[in-house]
Parts: sequence; C-alpha cells; structure tokens
Amino acid sequence: MPTESLKNGQPQYAARKSAKSVFFLTHSPSPLFTAPIICASIPTTPMSTVRILVGTKKGAFILTSDGARDQWEISGPHFAGWEIYHFKGAPSHPDRLYASQCSGWFGQLIQRSDDGGKTWEAVGNEFKYEGVPGTHKWYDGTQHPWEFKRVWHIEPSLDDPGIVYAGVEDAGLFKTTDGGRTWTEFPALRSAKGDLWQPGAGGMGLHTIILDPIHPRRIYVAISAAGVFRTDDAGLTWKPVNRGLKSPYELPDPTAEVGHCVHRIAMHPSRPDVLFMQKHWDVMRTNDSGESWHEVSGNLPSDFGFPIQVHATEPETIYVVPIKSDSEHFPPEGKLRVYRSRSGGNDWEPLTRGLPQKDCYVNILRDAMSADSLDPCGIYFGTTGGQVYASPDNGDTWTTLVRDLPAVLSIEAQTLP
Amino acid sequence: MIRVVLPYHLRTLAAVEDEVSLEIQGPVTPRAILDALESRYPVLRGTIRDHGSLQRRPFIRFFACKQDVSNDSPDVPLPDPIAKGAEPLYIVGAMAGG
Repeated sequence: MPTESLKNGQPQYAARKSAKSVFFLTHSPSPLFTAPIICASIPTTPMSTVRILVGTKKGAFILTSDGARDQWEISGPHFAGWEIYHFKGAPSHPDRLYASQCSGWFGQLIQRSDDGGKTWEAVGNEFKYEGVPGTHKWYDGTQHPWEFKRVWHIEPSLDDPGIVYAGVEDAGLFKTTDGGRTWTEFPALRSAKGDLWQPGAGGMGLHTIILDPIHPRRIYVAISAAGVFRTDDAGLTWKPVNRGLKSPYELPDPTAEVGHCVHRIAMHPSRPDVLFMQKHWDVMRTNDSGESWHEVSGNLPSDFGFPIQVHATEPETIYVVPIKSDSEHFPPEGKLRVYRSRSGGNDWEPLTRGLPQKDCYVNILRDAMSADSLDPCGIYFGTTGGQVYASPDNGDTWTTLVRDLPAVLSIEAQTLP
Repeated sequence: MIRVVLPYHLRTLAAVEDEVSLEIQGPVTPRAILDALESRYPVLRGTIRDHGSLQRRPFIRFFACKQDVSNDSPDVPLPDPIAKGAEPLYIVGAMAGG
C-alpha cells in the first residue's frame, strides 16, 4: 500500500527488496534531509474530485471525475484556437488556476481563474529580462541575443496562490508575487554559463521548475538544451548541477558542465534530495540534490523519452514512456507502453493493459504526464495524437478518457478533497 | 471616429463582436491608433506590438485602403478615409501555411 512506504514521515527504503534499494540504504542522507514531511495519500471516496488540466495545441480542456475515476466530464475548449503550453493550479488554493496561452501571431498571455476554470481573467503578459539580456549560443555557433518567445511552464508556489514561477523561452525564470499581474526575472540564472547554452530543435525553453518543500530557498530548474540548475538562496545565485550526465551523441564533450538535453526532472516531496531525470537519452537519478547523477535506465526498451513522473505516495515508484529514438519520436514497435519502476529505476516493468499495443505512433511530451494523490494513485498522460489516458490503479490498467483532442502539450492532475 | 477591425482571436480576447471605434486626438497614425486601442483594451497590450520596443509583432499586418502599411513608420499619418472613419484600419494575422 502506498502509505506503507512512509513511516513517521520517513521513506522506508527497505520496503523494496531490490538491489537498488539496498544501494540507497547505504547512501548517507544529505545533511539537508532533516525535516521530512508527510505525504499522505487521500483515501478514495466518492466525495473526492480529480480534475485533469489539459493544455493542447488548440485550447485548454478540463476533465473532472469523482474519486472512483470511472466517469469523466469534459469542459472546453477554453481559449479555443490558442496554444496552452501549460496549465496548473495553486497547491494552496486549488481553484486558483494559471494558464500559459500563446500564439505565433499574438504572442503570450497569462490567464488566471479563481473558480476552477469556470471564468478567467487575463493578467500580466510582460516578461522583460533584467538588464541587457546578453547572448547565448546560436545554431551556427555565433552568439545570439536573448529573445522572449513564450512561457513553457507555470509553477505556483506551494503555500501562496499569488506567487508563481514561470519558465520561459529563451530560457529564463520569472516570478510574480501579485497573482500574475507583474513578472520579474531571476537574471543570475543566465549567468550560469548562459553564453554556452544552445537551443535544441524544440527551442531553448525552461521547462521544469521544482520547488523544494523542505528547503524553501532551494529551487531546481531544467532547460532544454542546457541542463539542470539549482539555487540555494531563493534565486540570487545558481549553479549547474549536471555532473554524471553523459551526452556523447549531442555534445562534443560528453560530460560538459552545461549543454545537456534534459527533457524532464521529477521529485517526490518527501525526499527533495532525490531527483529523477528523463534526459534526451538515459533515465538518470541523483541522491544528493543534483551534485552527482547516475543512470537508472536498466532494462527499458529505449531510454529516450520526454516525461518522468513520481508516484504520489511511493517515492521509489517512477514512470516513463519510452520513445524509440530522437529520430523517431514514437513508441518502439508501435506499442504504447508506460514503464514503471518500483525500485527508483533500473528494474522496469511495462504497463500495457488498456493501451494500444499496435499501430501507435504518437509522442508524449515532457509536461504531459501527471499523478493524482488518491489511494490507489491515478496516473495520467496525453499524447500528440490527442488521447488522454488514465490509470486509477497505479498504472496497472488504463482507460482512454478522451481520444480526439488537439495534440496534448501538458497534463496536470489536481486532487480535491 | 476611427474604425479598427481586429482579427478573430483579438476580438475574442477584447470581448468585442465587431469593429472597434476609437476617438483619436491629433494625427491619425498607426501609433496613435494602437495607443488608443491598448488604452481602451489593456488586454491587447503585447499582442499586436512588443511591450517594450513597440515593434509590430512579426505576423501582424496593418491594411489601410487596400494598402499594406505594416512596414511604414508608425508615425506616418494614415490615408484620409481612415482618418475620417470612412474606412477601417484592418489589423490582420498574417497568412501562415498555404
């Protein structure tokens, strides 16, 4: 049971008997790991509500169910015709939603709702880099000026619905403290060897923001294609934390300090020193807040992919969706398989029940996977083919919630008691 | 009154159904029209021209009396039919695809 993996708020590594679990038992916890928090699951009751926020290429959709998660209502499209890169609720006030709405013609907007998506208000959309933003490396090797393009990811504060972080392309991190009306940048992030950052084919976007629930001055961000960066002083200074990543096919120096094509990182809030990563190639793990990474791809059929997700209450249970390669962005053999590891990596099992096992050639983008916090845990993901799949039982079985949406860019699950 | 036709998505954003009418003091230029438009509908700030530089966004076009004036100086007065409200200024999303 998920709750058995936490005892007195402490992860019980011995609950899993794999060799990898033994390794983690011998790992000395970081001195920062001093104040574990309890991440109790919410028992499934008919009164619970799960809300899935779906951002697509042509609008936003909201899928709602009770705790049984077998009957879903769909509302939308909201912002029809616009790209919704990301769409997320504030943990401290779940009806406060923020959406990144953008368009190649009309640029960036930020929308805010205070009633769970029934009504919306456009708030501030000016993302101005601090000072002279300088240059980064361009495709031809020359230096290219920083230019704002769009907001890739929105991360509301854990305890204040008016505070939100936004990850943008060209890579930068912004923050609002007034509910999105004004945004200010963390310019020091671009000082972390920003002149060496270079866009990948998808653009140089800051796509992942992880707020440490135990050390509130610590934030992790991940940038494509620059790597992972960490601040321990609430954004005043940043450093690359990419040691252990190897990118022989993407970088002339495979172990360079920056430049790695990190696709996604994920953390369980009870253990903020442990991060999991889906890199361009390789699934990676760190036990020391990014100071060193090691590979946990193990027996995956392909270690290329985009999202990586941690189970809501089992910190060692993680999910990826293998994609064949960087040249062929679809599942190997046309079989859509989520892979689950219950040992924090290396040992992976395919989850296929209810997912198409032939002729499936969709992709799953980096922000398009999420988990609710019911027991058993619900796992959700969306595809570039417009399907949203859900598992109400930790990934064991899957159902199709909706199958013909526009290409799905992002998925966020909210659990409302 | 100056008349402005907005593209579909900006009409939705500004919650207007048809043409927009604006009162302009002084020379009727693209800049004067956009200043008045953004003042009336702040939600449009940043969607037609950049917040800081006030440069037209790349895929926005301005059509006036069957002429594309997108690349003209924003301070050049628009033709009389626009200034007198006989013709609207069209703000258009550029063709994309084909």
